[in-house]
Amino acid sequence: MSQTGLTTTSLTLGYRERTVLRDLSIAVPDQRVTSILGPNGCGKSTFLKALARLIAPASGQVLLSGDDIGKIDTRALARRLSILPQSPKAPDGITVSDLVRRGRTPWRGLLAPWSEEDARICRQALEQVDLSDLADRPIDELSGGQRQRAWIALVLAQNTPYLLLDEPTTWLDLAHQLEVLSLLQKRNRDHGTTVVTVLHDLNLAVRFSDHLILFGGKGLVAEGAPEVVITPENLQAAFGLKALVMPDPLTGRPMIVPH
Amino acid sequence: MKATIGLVLLFFVAIALTLVVGVRDAGISDLWNAFFAFDANDPTHAVIRSVRVPRLVAGLVAGAGLGMAGTVMQAVTRNPLADPGLLGVNAGAAFAVVVGALLTGYSDSGMMAALAFLGAAIASIAVFLVGGARSGAGSPVRLTLAGVAINALLLSLVSAIILSRNETLEIFRFWVTGSLAQANTRPLEAMFVALVLGAAIAAIIAPRIEALALGSSLARGLGTKPGTVQLSALLAIMLMTGAAVAVAGPIAFVGLVVPPLARRIGRHVLRRELVASAVLGGSMILLADTAGRLVVAPAEIRVGIMTALVGAPVFIFVVRRLKPGALT
Repeated sequence: MSQTGLTTTSLTLGYRERTVLRDLSIAVPDQRVTSILGPNGCGKSTFLKALARLIAPASGQVLLSGDDIGKIDTRALARRLSILPQSPKAPDGITVSDLVRRGRTPWRGLLAPWSEEDARICRQALEQVDLSDLADRPIDELSGGQRQRAWIALVLAQNTPYLLLDEPTTWLDLAHQLEVLSLLQKRNRDHGTTVVTVLHDLNLAVRFSDHLILFGGKGLVAEGAPEVVITPENLQAAFGLKALVMPDPLTGRPMIVPH
Repeated sequence: MKATIGLVLLFFVAIALTLVVGVRDAGISDLWNAFFAFDANDPTHAVIRSVRVPRLVAGLVAGAGLGMAGTVMQAVTRNPLADPGLLGVNAGAAFAVVVGALLTGYSDSGMMAALAFLGAAIASIAVFLVGGARSGAGSPVRLTLAGVAINALLLSLVSAIILSRNETLEIFRFWVTGSLAQANTRPLEAMFVALVLGAAIAAIIAPRIEALALGSSLARGLGTKPGTVQLSALLAIMLMTGAAVAVAGPIAFVGLVVPPLARRIGRHVLRRELVASAVLGGSMILLADTAGRLVVAPAEIRVGIMTALVGAPVFIFVVRRLKPGALT
C-alpha cells in the first residue's frame, strides 16, 4: 500500500537567487493523508506549490506516476491533481453552487455544455462538505468555516486522485479546524484520495495525518509516520522548541506539550 | 426568468422604436411592407431600408460590442468598475481619426471608421505589451495602469493636434461624441464580422475566464494558462470595442454600466452574462439614440451624449451599491 505516485528527485526550490529548499528527494505515500510542517518561512508552502507545479524548480524534478510534472499537459495535470491555494478570492456575490461549478473547469471541453455528470459531482462535493442547504447562498454571507468548506467543495468537484491544500485551516477556530480536517480525512478514507496539506497546528496534524514531512530552517528534518517524526529532538531541530512528547490520551498518537 | 422575459421585451421595443420613430413617422404596417412588400417609390420604405436599418445594425453592433467587452473586461480584471476604454481603445481610435483627418482632410466616412478600428487595435496591443500580458505576468493592476498611461499619452497627442488645426478640431468634435447618424457610411458588414469573432472568442474561453477570476494560482490548478486566457480575452475585447468605436465613435458608460446589470441576470455564469450584456447594451444604445432623436426633434442629440446622460445616474447607483472592499 505504500505506493508513491507523487515524488521529488533532488528538488531544489527558490525565488531568484534565494534558495529556499535544497536537494529534496521525498515521496508522498499514495492514498494517505500527508501533512507538511515547519516554522514560518521554512519553505513548506513553496514545497507544496512545487508539487502542484505552481512554481518551477530551480533544479530537480517533481514526478507524478513517473512523469515529470513540468512536461504534463496543463489540463491533463488538472484532472489528476488539484490545489487549493491559501486564502483564495471569490467574485463578488457569487453563490456557493456557482463557485463549486468552477471546479469542473478541467473536465469541460471547449464548447461542451454543462453535463449531468458535472452536476452530479458538484452535488456530491456539496454534500461531502455539508453545504447542500446553503448552495444558493452568496459566498460572502457565509461564516469563515462555511466559506472554507465551499472552497474545499470546489477542489473536491475537480475530482482528482491527488488533492493539495495550502493551510486550509488558517483563520478558523479550533472546532472549525477539526471540521475541515475530518472532512478531508473522510474523503481520503472513502475515495482513496491522496491528501497533502500544509498545516500550522502540530497536534492537529498528528491527529489527522498518516504521514508527516517536517521542515526546519535548514531543510528537511524528518519524514515518516507521526510516531517517527514527532520526537523532542526533531521538534528542537525544526522549531528550536523544547517540548515534551507524550501519548495523546484519546488516540495514543504523539502529543506535543511545549515547555 | 422574469428578468429574461423583461429583457427580451425591452430589446424588441428598442428595435421597433429605432425603425419606427423619426422625422418621417412610420407605422407597424409600413415597417412590415418595407421588408416584405418593398415599394421603391414609397419614401417611408426607402427611409426605413436605407437609413434606419443601418442605424439599427450600427446601434446593435456598438451596444452589444461595448456590453460584452465590458463584461469580459470586468471578469478578467476582477474590477467591477473596469471599462473597456481602459485598454486604450477609444484613445487609440481618437488618435487615428485625428491623424487621418489631419493628413487627408476627410470628414466622416468609411475610411474614418477603418482608421478608428485600426487605432483601437494598435492602442490595445500597446497596452497588452506594456502591461506584460504577453509573458503571462500581466496582473489586472498592471494592465489597468498601462491602460491609464497609454490613454493619457494618446489623448495629449490628440489635443496637441486638434489645437493646432481648426479643420481637424471640427472633424474631431463631431466624431468624439459618438453617433449613429453616419451609420450608412460606415463598414457595417466588416465590423459585424469583427464583433461576431470577438464574441465567439469570449464565449469559447468563458469557463477559463471564470477560473481566472478565482486568482491565478487556483486558475492554474484548474488547468488553465492565465497568460493565454488573458491574451485571448484582450483580443476579444479589442475586436468588440474596436467594432463599436468604428461604427459609432466613442460611446461612454455602456461598457461600464451594462456588466453589473448583466451579472444580476447571468448570475456569474459568464456565457449567460455575455448574452445578457449583448442584449442590454444593444437596447441601451438604441433607446438612447431614439430618445436623442425625439427630445429636440427635428434636430437630434447624439447617442454618445445621451448614453452619458442616462448612464451617469445608473453608474452612480451601481457604485453606491458596491460593498466596501469589492475592489480588492
